[in-house]
Amino acid sequence: MSLEGKRILIAKPGLDGHDVGAKVIALALRDAGADVIYTGLRKSPDYIARVAVDEDVDAVGLSMLSGSHNEIVSETLLQLKELDASDIKIFVGGTIPKDDHAGLIAAGVSGIYTSDMAITDVLKEIELELRNA
Amino acid sequence: MAISKNSSAEIVKEVEKTPPNHPDPITPSGIEVPVVVGPDMIDFSKLEQPGAYPFTRGIFENGFRGRLWTIRQYSGFGTAEESNERYKFLLDQGQTGLSVALDLPTQCGYDPIDPMARAEVGKVGVSLSNLGEVERLFKDIDVSGISTSFTINGTASIIYAMYCAVADKQGVDRDKLTGTIQNDILKEYVARGTWIFPVKPSMRLIADTILFSNKHTPRFNAISIAGAHVRDAGCTAVEEMGYTLANGLAYTDELIRRGGDVEKFARRLSFFFYVHMDFFEEICKFRAGRRLWAKLMNERYGVEDPKAQMFRFGVVCGGSSLIGSQPHNNIVRVGTETMAAVLGGAQSIFTCAFDEAFQIPTEHSAEIALRTQQIIAHESGIARTVDPLGGSYYVEWLTDQMEKGMLSVIEEIESYGGVEKAVEDGWLQMKIAKRASERKQAADSGKTVIVGQNYFRRDNQTEQVGEVFKLDPMATARVIDKYEKNRDTRDTGLVEKSLIALENAASKDKSNIMPYLIDCCHAYATVGEMVSTLKNQWGEFQEPVRL
Repeated sequence: MSLEGKRILIAKPGLDGHDVGAKVIALALRDAGADVIYTGLRKSPDYIARVAVDEDVDAVGLSMLSGSHNEIVSETLLQLKELDASDIKIFVGGTIPKDDHAGLIAAGVSGIYTSDMAITDVLKEIELELRNA
Repeated sequence: MAISKNSSAEIVKEVEKTPPNHPDPITPSGIEVPVVVGPDMIDFSKLEQPGAYPFTRGIFENGFRGRLWTIRQYSGFGTAEESNERYKFLLDQGQTGLSVALDLPTQCGYDPIDPMARAEVGKVGVSLSNLGEVERLFKDIDVSGISTSFTINGTASIIYAMYCAVADKQGVDRDKLTGTIQNDILKEYVARGTWIFPVKPSMRLIADTILFSNKHTPRFNAISIAGAHVRDAGCTAVEEMGYTLANGLAYTDELIRRGGDVEKFARRLSFFFYVHMDFFEEICKFRAGRRLWAKLMNERYGVEDPKAQMFRFGVVCGGSSLIGSQPHNNIVRVGTETMAAVLGGAQSIFTCAFDEAFQIPTEHSAEIALRTQQIIAHESGIARTVDPLGGSYYVEWLTDQMEKGMLSVIEEIESYGGVEKAVEDGWLQMKIAKRASERKQAADSGKTVIVGQNYFRRDNQTEQVGEVFKLDPMATARVIDKYEKNRDTRDTGLVEKSLIALENAASKDKSNIMPYLIDCCHAYATVGEMVSTLKNQWGEFQEPVRL
């Protein structure tokens, strides 16, 4: 498995300060060969979209544990669209209730990863998504 | 719950798949445990009685016979009115203290109309943007008759000011107030992320809160130095206690710098930890931490008053030890963890609800969590005698090992240049991120056994929780509506005057900030306004982003 040559932005939108998942996944993606950029805490969807475009990334991973994922995901997708960058894939991780998964996928999210998934499975799915891109 | 006909056969089949190398002789903190610990491995002459320095066996000579621990469930969501209803329900059910969860805008110092705040209003706790909201939160609850704990850090001084102002409004003398604010910013930089100001002014603000509280609300704990969050973020039990005691020492130094008398303020320093699943490590973590803190206070600062050497702590049982697969198993986990907390001598216990790993608990799951404590307190008999495990070869041996480990964690930070530097540089954050990766790998690889997740898992196992808690989608609108009403009806001249006085006090290192914050609260200034005013003087923390 390799993510060699892929550029991925890991972002913490909103005010949620739980960054363990974001950092664990960022380290794992880097170990798998990806170029990883991590935003740090408290970034607005607007900021995240601009960094994604400026850094020319293949994908953005949004990590959210405070329950604000529906609003933040739709806002981020909107901002990317406005920057004509809807080709950038969006992955979501954190505390995402099962009831919300279908809606997020329908909105345009490429994958949802919660803490009970093994990291290797998460990496496999991301690799598959990006290979087809 | 319906159980299908063949499910027990499936379970038996899964049980045959015993995890390799279990039980693991190495504890999660990396201590290698002998098969048998014997009397030759313990120096029993050093074992003191409960209530005697250095308090390995507990801070009270009569343990829980004198007073049971405080049962304190963390709760709060949506609007002040909704949370007020939940509190009254919990008090009616026999809960003895309140614990207030605040939403992220309140915790990070944003008003509900701020663009950064909109999506987060009322999500993980209650929104308290101004004194009116706090008055509604405690409507028909006499603040002199309860003890209230606020999980608040970046804006702890402001929420504490609000609580003092509510006491004023209810006609209660401030010196009758009991409760706790977390007010521990150091671990926020490392793990929980609700920092606002840079390290130095934050340390000053915390010292001001504590010194003011010692004088005006002497029964209130103005800090609860917390290891819980770094633990959930990835630390081992030994590191959790080591980092927390190191933070405790950093606050002690700052308080002394600001003129505090350690014999006085140390009496009101309190601590807060997670209890995870390794039963004996958790028990010994508390015994070792309690002993080490007393020694540090005595040997480093010359503290003589036993009350100022005493390590008092609350715990939360659950957190990242709870999982989403087969969530009802979490009830058993929390029960086990609660026993460890009791045997470790906790002063207050919060038990997570079984569904808390993935949602705000329902009234049903919150009640089971409360009953878990009551069963252990009143049916099990483990609170009957003080430190019933004292003198156990294994418990005393492990306590000694863990104490040594904690001391080396403290020494490592000190040799780096202290907690403040470790946090500003992002050194500690990076260490914990690495630990989190290791913990995840251990779970993924099956090195750590998690029943129902990586072992003993059936195909197609049901993850059904039952009832799902839903936040009222109109809560945000109501919060904003009340915010606007407050803004439009208050005396703006008074607000401006109080904020100018606050900024002036912030610019002078000698002033204590607290009286100015209380004045702002009485003027119905908002949390966002007070925070912006302080930012004008102090700036904001620049997060070191390192991987």
